Amino acid sequence: MIVKTDIMPSFYQDSVILMRIAGQIRQRPGVQEAALFMGTPSNQELLRQIGLATAEGTKASANDLIITIAADTEADAEKAVVAAKELLKARRQAMDESHEYRPRTLDSAIRSMPNANLVSISVPGAYAKFEAMKALRRDLHVFLFSDNVPIEEEIELKQEAVKRGLFCMGPDQGTAYINGVGLGFANVVHRGRIGCVSASGTGLQAVAARVSMLGEGVSHGIGVGGRDLSQQVGGIMTGFAFKALAEDAATEAIILVSKPICIAVKSKIEEIIRNIKKPVIICCIGTSDFNIDGAISVRTLDEAADAAVAVLKGQRWLPNYFSDHQIIKDKLDQIRDRDALAGSNILGLYTGGTLAYESHLLLESFLGTVGYNQAKIEDHLHLILDLGDDVYTVGRPHPMIDPQKRTGMILEMEKRKGVNILLLDLVLGKGSHENPAEPLAAAVREVHNRFRKNGRPFAVLASVIGTAMDPQDYNLQIKQLQEAEINIFPSNAEAARFAALLVKPELYDQFVGSDS
Amino acid sequence: MNPKNIFNEPLHIINIGLEGFAQDLHAAGIDVIQLDWRPPIGGNTRLAALLANLDDEN
Repeated sequence: MIVKTDIMPSFYQDSVILMRIAGQIRQRPGVQEAALFMGTPSNQELLRQIGLATAEGTKASANDLIITIAADTEADAEKAVVAAKELLKARRQAMDESHEYRPRTLDSAIRSMPNANLVSISVPGAYAKFEAMKALRRDLHVFLFSDNVPIEEEIELKQEAVKRGLFCMGPDQGTAYINGVGLGFANVVHRGRIGCVSASGTGLQAVAARVSMLGEGVSHGIGVGGRDLSQQVGGIMTGFAFKALAEDAATEAIILVSKPICIAVKSKIEEIIRNIKKPVIICCIGTSDFNIDGAISVRTLDEAADAAVAVLKGQRWLPNYFSDHQIIKDKLDQIRDRDALAGSNILGLYTGGTLAYESHLLLESFLGTVGYNQAKIEDHLHLILDLGDDVYTVGRPHPMIDPQKRTGMILEMEKRKGVNILLLDLVLGKGSHENPAEPLAAAVREVHNRFRKNGRPFAVLASVIGTAMDPQDYNLQIKQLQEAEINIFPSNAEAARFAALLVKPELYDQFVGSDS
Repeated sequence: MNPKNIFNEPLHIINIGLEGFAQDLHAAGIDVIQLDWRPPIGGNTRLAALLANLDDEN
């Protein structure tokens, strides 16, 4: 194998575009791996980790682009480098020809947009504080998508933001909504009366999309970053966002979305919520027993949306294992080899972190120990993987953008003894792949054929996070999945419970109850 | 505690980083400007951090 590196000095390009071009180069004949990275210290480390560090590459600075190709022959590598450069130059030329003015600094951007009120930042984490602090000091709200920001920097940024009456939505925040407008990875939702405070990107997407599909809408979704409710950060932005939404005339109910929160912060948040006069729905997956009169504590993301919508309609909300028992009975009848699936193991392959976590907790409550994000996969365990976790995205795009990692794992399923139930999410919206159902359906169809040939039972269960207004035709996405014999559920929680039901049929009475 | 100039006002966004975010906002009819961003100080993160702390308030 030949490894060839070429450097493009002072040629900056963002990571999503570079990963996309690398993906195109990987498809070329004879190419085994293609890495296109700016020469930042963290990228240099990454190249070392993936075994593509070269003497030439290590000389590159953060402003230089490193192209490293691993190929069968010198000629294949050379041709791939030329092709990568052509794609990059074509992109740069198209940008130059668009005559769109692109200021080089924040201050020159403000001069050409004097009414700017928000800065969206998605630069590498090492530079995020520099850019975010500049924005805050110019009295601009910040949406901070960048990850790998040290927690001390996060605290400084949030303290500065609150002092100035500004939002610092992040770091590592994938989604937010201001005035109903989605930032980052976001579903297109109706504007409405429900405000959200969320320490989770996909959690916010799931809640906002469901609220919108139920006919209500989102006023604002203040993303606070996954660490805001940690002991160190202490819920600085969560507290600020709650108070802001409490005073916002457009917001009539507030939903809090997060993974488990630490006890010290929990009591602080309880205190804030107690003083809010609007209905509050608390969805801290994995943390329950909130002690607040009038607030509704729910277990899952779908329940959060359902409870908020019910409250605004003046209806009483009661939790349910499944929203429609008849549909569940029909689905059970349709599952091929249903009896043979009892006792099977479940593999959950997720693109949404909070959805993965939600399934993990639900399955553990019904089935006992379930593996979560384990690097070493034991055959005998039920297992849930969050493929958006850093462990799986080293040097590769997030699985919501690039489905290859997940489809590759699906195609290897037959190697896993006893794993006959596949649990999936499909997240639509801005930022996601343009047609994510297509590659997913193709992989599942192939596995169905292989299992059928071997007389092995197989069931695939999924939920779709999306709305009819999303750029990827919602109905077409579902149709493609259904045509590949993927059972679609109205929420991730229902898909996970159905998986538990297939493994343990005796759960039927508990789930469907006396009206069965 | 009202956040400054953002709720229920038109959004005017400066995008620093991934171009796709600016393109999505532009397609949705939102006023957005894309910065031609490069790592500051030739990518020296230590100097960038120092500069961030020195950056005076406007």
